Amino acid sequence: MTINATTYAELQEIAARYPQERSGLLPMLHLVQSTEGRVTADGINACAEILGLTAAEVSGVATFYTMYKRKPVGEHHVGVCTNTLCAVMGGDQIFAELKEHLQVGNDETTTDGKVTLEHVECNAACDYAPVVMVNWEFFDNQTPESAKQLVDDLRAGKTVTASRGAKICSWREAERVLAGFDDGRADEGPSAGEASLAGLRTLDGDQ
Amino acid sequence: MTSPITPVLTANWGTDRSWTLDAYTAQGGYQALATALTKTPDEVVAAVKDSGLRGRGGAGFPTGMKWGFLPPYDDNDPQSRYLVVNADESEPGTCKDIPLMMASPHTLVEGVIISSYAIRAKQAFIYVRGEVLHVIRRLRAAVAEAYAAGHLGPDSPAGVDLIVHAGAGAYICGEETALLDSLEGRRGQPRLRPPFPAVAGLYARPTVINNVESIASVPAIIGKGADWFAGLGTEKSKGFVIYSLSGHVTRPGQYEAPLGITLRELLDLAGGVRHGHQLKFWTPGGSSTPLLTDAHLDVPLDYEGVGAAGSMLGTRALQIFDETTCVVRAVLRWSEFYKHESCGKCTPCREGTWWLVQVLTRLEAGNGSEADLDQLLDQCENIAGRSFCALGDGATSPVVSSVQLFREEYLAHLEHGGCPFDAAASTAWAPRRQSQEVHA
Ligand SMILES: Cc1cc2nc3c(=O)[nH]c(=O)nc-3n(C[C@H](O)[C@H](O)[C@H](O)COP(=O)(O)O)c2cc1C
Ligand code: SF4
Ligand code: FES
Repeated sequence: MTINATTYAELQEIAARYPQERSGLLPMLHLVQSTEGRVTADGINACAEILGLTAAEVSGVATFYTMYKRKPVGEHHVGVCTNTLCAVMGGDQIFAELKEHLQVGNDETTTDGKVTLEHVECNAACDYAPVVMVNWEFFDNQTPESAKQLVDDLRAGKTVTASRGAKICSWREAERVLAGFDDGRADEGPSAGEASLAGLRTLDGDQ
Repeated sequence: MTSPITPVLTANWGTDRSWTLDAYTAQGGYQALATALTKTPDEVVAAVKDSGLRGRGGAGFPTGMKWGFLPPYDDNDPQSRYLVVNADESEPGTCKDIPLMMASPHTLVEGVIISSYAIRAKQAFIYVRGEVLHVIRRLRAAVAEAYAAGHLGPDSPAGVDLIVHAGAGAYICGEETALLDSLEGRRGQPRLRPPFPAVAGLYARPTVINNVESIASVPAIIGKGADWFAGLGTEKSKGFVIYSLSGHVTRPGQYEAPLGITLRELLDLAGGVRHGHQLKFWTPGGSSTPLLTDAHLDVPLDYEGVGAAGSMLGTRALQIFDETTCVVRAVLRWSEFYKHESCGKCTPCREGTWWLVQVLTRLEAGNGSEADLDQLLDQCENIAGRSFCALGDGATSPVVSSVQLFREEYLAHLEHGGCPFDAAASTAWAPRRQSQEVHA
């Protein structure tokens, strides 16, 4: 699989957005993931060529960041927060039950290629603990049951909507947005979840 | 009774389509920008100085003073300086910037334009952690709207360009100099200081880096006045901030209030610790700040108050744990986080965080001996103050404070031959407990 002309042109387009082209490398690697399903050698070479770097230099960057994957990722990436707060609130149990339910270990993909399961660090949603991320969209206040239903729905190809976000796209489509190519879905979903409004709610009835 | 809640940044989060330009403008958005443009850049800097605003990213450095460190502006070199917004929000427990950018990205965009105008930057960046897809959509949409409305762009009054840049998963990229390396397309590792970013930052040019909440506070300061802002809060900690309550509380969430409110007051607003349970320990400002207990319920949550109590205000990430929680388990998990996130640049942190996890794992499993506790503290001494950046220092905070506060509980693991707690009792779905004996 080589990087096709369209992708190559888009990689160049990303680099050109910045005062210095190398700044484009992180979004460029996101774009590589969106077309290749992971960071491939071809993707690394293309980035290196465009930015005038060596493949080793680009590899050195790619391996530093946890969102860049060397192994192919499934259609959906499911991240269970197991940092302390979520873990204590039940994230550990959710992660254990999902591993069992999907018959996969950490950072592994189901045999049907639909779901890659990973435990993730604090995702800045602790007030909605325990939190599960699907393709980096928020699924708030999860339970083992809701999380199993969620992955079942994803595997069955049902429409799934984030608690605070849009209808779930694929992991690859999400990576394309992270690369800076909009999908026009910013207007989906609410302004905020209940916990974000908790302080405001204490004023209800004061007026 | 007047409520301590002062909605400013959070005020519009509940309104319909609050993230759009229309909704933001309808409630007075971008008027502060118009006001700022009637002033000189130096007057805007002076207003931010006078307001007493201190950085909301953790360290609490005065924002106006930081802006003042930039070298004098050179008319012959107009592209010469940058504003970078730190939207990496990854400190465990911290969850305020993400909902702000989700609900009201224009507040941040307006803050960016005013701040860039003040420091005479023509190019600004928002470096946002990559793991928040919808927030990135909303930010990018807001930036596009602001361009279309003529607020951004070379031909806009302030002449500022703004790029939303997604990171790729690395806590250390929240450290400002690591962030700059990352934004330059490198591994995110901290830089030696000096030179400070104000002198040689992004692309070795003068650069201001501020937290999302700091920059988002600027429109309110310009719109309502520095005096109004300085009239809130306490003597040395002025203004309002977002306090984030999470964990074993009845109504976790975001509570915006003047600096200096206490946890007791916040818990009152949040319906208290979850029903039938008591407060055991909490972090005032994320996992990198030493733990506090129910002895600290009346500590004023400002920089000075929390400092005097032996911890740090940090990001006001109040993670609340009740008596069902095993402190050893909590600290081990945080230590695993620091080990995973250590960038590897310096030995005390790279090796030290690895050792902390080794020893804590042994202790949690009920193996090892009391001497291991001294070993832990000794390791912490070799990390704190000897690491290249504050990540290493932060990694020791939960360890040292937990051993000081809960030594008995560590020993109970040894006596019990493992964890004496029932993890199921801490979960959000644990059956309501009547009144039960507390372990350890
Ligand atoms: C390990 C580490 C992680 C940090 N993460 C963040 C972060 O996610 N967001 C942030 O604003 N500041 C973070 N900081 C603090 C920044 O280095 C810097 O002080 C801050 O962005 C300055 O902005 P302020 O003055 O507006 O607070 C971090 C610091 C360290 C040492
Ligand atoms: S303290 Fe840790 S994160 Fe900071 S430079 Fe050293 S190894 Fe990297
Ligand atoms: S600990 Fe899970 S989102 Fe913060």
